[in-house]
Amino acid sequence: MTAPTKVEPAGGGEEQRSPAEMRRARNIGIAYLVLAAFVLWAFGIGSIGEGDAAFKLVRPTDRFPGFPDLVVPSAALAFIVATVLAFLGGIQLTRGFKKWTNVVLAIALLLFVFAFLGWATAGKSFSLVGMMQETVKRSVPIALGALSGVLSERVAVINIAIEGMLLGGAFVAALVGSTTGPYLAIVAAMLTGAALAWVLAVFSVRYRVDQIITGVVINLFVLGLTSFMTFRILSSNAHLNNAEILKPIALPLLKDIPFLGPILFQHNIFVYATYLLVAVTTYALFHTKWGLRSRAVGEHPRAADTLGVNVYRYRYMNVMIGGLIAGLGGAYFIQGSVGRFDENMTLGRGFIGLAAMIFGRWHPVGALGAALVFGFSEALQGKLAILQTPIPSEFLAMAPYLVTIVVVAGLVGKARPPAADGQPYVKE
Amino acid sequence: MELELRGITKRFPGVLANDSVDLTVRSGEILSLLGENGAGKTTLMNILYGLYSADEGSILIDGEEQHFEGPGDAIAAGIGMVHQHFMLVPVFTVTENVILGVEPTTGPGVLSMAEAKREVEEISTRYGLKVDPDAIVENIPVGVQQRVEIIKVLFREADVLVFDEPTAVLTPQEVEEFFGILRGLRDAGKAVIFITHKLREVLEISDRINVLRRGRVVGEADPATATSSQLAEMMVGRPVDLVVEKSDAIPGQPVLRVEDLVIVDERDHPAVRAVSFEVKAGEIVGIAGVQGNGQTELVEALTGMRTVLGGRVMLGADDVTDYSPRGMHRSGVAHVPEDRQRRGLVMSYTVAENLVLDSYYAEPFSRGVIMDWDAVDDNADTLVEQYDIRTPSVHVPTSNLSGGNQQKVIVAREFSRNVKLIIAAQPTRGLDVGSIEYIHERIVQQRDEGAAVLIVSTELDEVMALSDRLLVMYEGAIVAELDPKQVTNAEIGVYMAGGRS
Amino acid sequence: MTDHEQPSIDPSATTEPLDEGSTLFRDITGVGLDWRSALLVPVLAILTALVVSTVIIALTDLDALRMWGSDPAAAFDETWDTIFAAYKALFQGSFGSIRAISETLVGATPLILAGLSVAIGFRAGLFNIGTEGQMLVGGMCAILVGISFSAPLFIHLPLALLAGALGGAVWGGIPGLLRARTGAHEVITTIMLNFIALRLVDYFLKTSLFQAEGRDDPVSQTVATSARFPRLLGFLDRSDVRVTFGILFALAVAYGIYWLLYKSTIGYEFRAVGYNPDGAQYAGMNVAWLYVGVMAVAGAMGGLAGSDQILSVLHRGTPGFSAGLGFDAIALALLGRSHPAGVVAAGILFGALRSGGQQMQVATDLSIDLILVIQALIVIFIAAPALIRAIYRVKTGKSTEQLTRGWAA
Repeated sequence: MTAPTKVEPAGGGEEQRSPAEMRRARNIGIAYLVLAAFVLWAFGIGSIGEGDAAFKLVRPTDRFPGFPDLVVPSAALAFIVATVLAFLGGIQLTRGFKKWTNVVLAIALLLFVFAFLGWATAGKSFSLVGMMQETVKRSVPIALGALSGVLSERVAVINIAIEGMLLGGAFVAALVGSTTGPYLAIVAAMLTGAALAWVLAVFSVRYRVDQIITGVVINLFVLGLTSFMTFRILSSNAHLNNAEILKPIALPLLKDIPFLGPILFQHNIFVYATYLLVAVTTYALFHTKWGLRSRAVGEHPRAADTLGVNVYRYRYMNVMIGGLIAGLGGAYFIQGSVGRFDENMTLGRGFIGLAAMIFGRWHPVGALGAALVFGFSEALQGKLAILQTPIPSEFLAMAPYLVTIVVVAGLVGKARPPAADGQPYVKE
Repeated sequence: MELELRGITKRFPGVLANDSVDLTVRSGEILSLLGENGAGKTTLMNILYGLYSADEGSILIDGEEQHFEGPGDAIAAGIGMVHQHFMLVPVFTVTENVILGVEPTTGPGVLSMAEAKREVEEISTRYGLKVDPDAIVENIPVGVQQRVEIIKVLFREADVLVFDEPTAVLTPQEVEEFFGILRGLRDAGKAVIFITHKLREVLEISDRINVLRRGRVVGEADPATATSSQLAEMMVGRPVDLVVEKSDAIPGQPVLRVEDLVIVDERDHPAVRAVSFEVKAGEIVGIAGVQGNGQTELVEALTGMRTVLGGRVMLGADDVTDYSPRGMHRSGVAHVPEDRQRRGLVMSYTVAENLVLDSYYAEPFSRGVIMDWDAVDDNADTLVEQYDIRTPSVHVPTSNLSGGNQQKVIVAREFSRNVKLIIAAQPTRGLDVGSIEYIHERIVQQRDEGAAVLIVSTELDEVMALSDRLLVMYEGAIVAELDPKQVTNAEIGVYMAGGRS
Repeated sequence: MTDHEQPSIDPSATTEPLDEGSTLFRDITGVGLDWRSALLVPVLAILTALVVSTVIIALTDLDALRMWGSDPAAAFDETWDTIFAAYKALFQGSFGSIRAISETLVGATPLILAGLSVAIGFRAGLFNIGTEGQMLVGGMCAILVGISFSAPLFIHLPLALLAGALGGAVWGGIPGLLRARTGAHEVITTIMLNFIALRLVDYFLKTSLFQAEGRDDPVSQTVATSARFPRLLGFLDRSDVRVTFGILFALAVAYGIYWLLYKSTIGYEFRAVGYNPDGAQYAGMNVAWLYVGVMAVAGAMGGLAGSDQILSVLHRGTPGFSAGLGFDAIALALLGRSHPAGVVAAGILFGALRSGGQQMQVATDLSIDLILVIQALIVIFIAAPALIRAIYRVKTGKSTEQLTRGWAA
């Protein structure tokens, strides 16, 4: 149905909120209050260490090692944060924040995390700069996976197979990287991703098989094949699973900025490539002919078809470009990280990438932001283990997955995917 | 310029959609293609536009045979089509929609939006089609959307403009405006093909009329001399009663009372504002109005599918405002939904399974947790016969049936219960004349047996013919209560457009 | 939505009503042909999958590959030997002896239950990828009952199974509830819950509640004999014939699910929601609660699968004891076209592949992961009959019915 509800609030009419909207607002308000109470009890009263939390903002090897730490009295921090949250909760439940609701939500969550870190670090020191740098690194495969998903879903093809593309790309990167060089390995991984993407495209576009089924099957296939080949080939031939890892390239001058330098400008090319790709994709999607037509194919393929846009071609093309990007993400695990392939080493990162895509509202920049959030939770888990908090490591390991569920459950409100998402296009 | 379709034939599995159709149209004339739903008009135009390929026959422009592999070729040959269901991307702006596929660019594929906007404004002024180039399409009213579709076609320098059922979503005033635009296009030398099933419009606007029935051209008519009944007879193949036979209503007690109902839609815009009305037993109340003025939301609320923000709905002495769909069913309300495939049926279910979709959970069709499939089948056999549902068996998926028979399944299911109130939304949309007649008869029959009937339809003729009392909805409010026997189309049109008579 | 125009369809021109057997088969395969020609697709799919796997075996035999350069004849022999030995082992290991058949059934039991878990989700239009997690949670609950007290067999075992079913139901109900309340797509939530369940098991196996006496590693206490499924062929007194009453239990459950889906009122609602949630809602069904209900039942099936793993075979918990069966179940359910009878047949097939695969691994050094590849290939070919049609030039039915509606709630 293309006829919209013609009715607009006449002039400056009062905005009546739907029951669902009001319920969500109320739930968020209650959540703030609960969080406030929790922070007070767990982090304020339940302090585990004596004294202040020292957050290191530079590393000993940085340009300005004398840069002061951020010292925070952890108990006091907890009390302050709890008060702020309670205050926010009060406002949310009464007046509400209207269009600032999501921004306030993000700030509240940041405060919560800050209070948590303060509590965990009480009496000790914690390398904040290290953790942020780790965040950026960890977010790379997720961001690349999410970007791959964005490209695919913008033309209305659901890509569940990102996990398989990452894993397949990683395997090929390991194999090729061990026998030739890292750059060839990256290219090979990207081609692998594109090949798997081609399979997805063929089955969903040409044979019109359900897209989620195809994606799940591709994942199973890749998992089985890579595990099989690891056992058959790699385990008895160690020299085939020993690829060169690419060293980070520090950007001159920028790398010396205290705190931000190591976080943003001392990474390997995968990180830089990610940011570049996000920028390029955003521009291409919204300012070029290709982008306009791709988005049309995803929103209203029949309209695009009636105007002479080749829906099938755009679907194939974009899904495969997405595959190239996912393949790059797979190569990250090898050339950008550990240099060897292990069975199932992607561990659900592809699915987290999907969640990041949804969280980021199918926009490349949003997806990157979301990936950073997930990367943060992964990095946090690692650093917390070092800090010896009373939380068992298994629960820490659950953090990224719990965050994903919360995100997908609409904590950030309803998101609108491309209108034709998931529906095969049938030319009559 | 002369466009000719010669001997076009198109077959679909089990159906001959177009049977050796010949058609000619020249620059500077408006040709109407008249036919009922299912006659093959849209198929024919889709072939012309390159969306389908004909099994036999050819398309010629100025005597030269054309081969269209797709819409791109048709567009290049100067053919432009405004589809019945708009082909606009809702989240794009007007300009983006207009240029899609023929985008002006600078550099390597970079869009030149400034230039695009300029061209859109130029066409807009030249043909008198007012639009805001930066408006987002899903936010503009339907009449304006149609203008965007026309600009799209003119942007591509079409010589032949095809309009498929363009007036379905317009008020009578907007139809007049639209006809003005058509005449302007004709006078500017374009060839216009106007596809419709509406007899009055055809007589008003056409230079020539071709009538299509069951895939064949059954005749030509001259608008100066033809009458509605002549055309109707050509369309259907037999004399058609254009008026619904019904005796006067004998209204009884009020069955449905709606008091100050307020409804908000998904995007928090008010859809229905403080609406009040009542429907008595033994009368048919019709709600007229252009699609998108709150009727859909109103019907959803009355049938339990949508919550209301304020006001109440009374059924007899009970407050049914917050009843669920099942609650409404149990209270004796029958609902013929506007979207039969999405709401009214489970298409993959068999005819028998669909016939118990409203009552499967109770005796006699289920005892506790167990379904009694024999009872379901018996019920289906009875209803299929009573309501003349054409199906090879009650065990085929309902998707196999034609639109008219699918609607009959819904009607059979809903009317065969003991109902106090019937709510029918667009009950005959997309149906052939025979089915339309049948359903109208059954509705009147229910009224005569004492049911209260509420009809919501954007087909003004239908609502006028069936109703005993007529209400008009505009922007979520009831703006008029009229006597269909005394009011004219033009007057209703004014109300539908928000004016006052 | 071709609402506006339907070419006048002459009803007598539509398909003949199918006979009873074909109707049942149509349900299983989703194909509108008579059952004889429709059986063609699954059979061809399996054959093709085996052929492709053969190629993979050949191409990954590095030693043989090296030989092709110097001595093609010997290389061919070597490759052929490997392939032949592989398939021989596959068949022997699955059906070649009492022990083999027993192993097949042992493998089939949890697969059937897990397959039902996924299948019932599909029937209601939901993707339950979370069977793995549901198995873990259900299995842990069964272990808890099995180690916490003693009771006679006919009380202890049913209680353990019930606990397993309930645990799985909760783990499945959570994504169902999230889907119903917030629209969160169950593909993501179930996968996340899988990972969370894995970690939970790791944690709980180290707690005193579960952990075996005197051990430091995450292994649970052994489940009491009274809570285990007794051996089916115990009278044979062979320790290698491991099949238990579990298989009969699984078959009974499969029948129960069949009855639920096709003979009960709830089943009518489940299927309606699966085909058309809007129509179901209009018909008065509470779609949200149905989603929760379906996922709970699916989760219960998963929980039973995990419980069977413990109570029939493993008798104690170790990390990741679900062993990837939950993912096999997805392929299984697709192969079985989401119909209980199909799931049983597919379960036995996959059980055969598994036990044959184990034999193959022992005999030829080919990793059992190859089985995963074969399974995936079978599913792809089943899901796209058009592909089979293109390869073999035969007539087939249409593709898998559209199951997805995208991410929108």
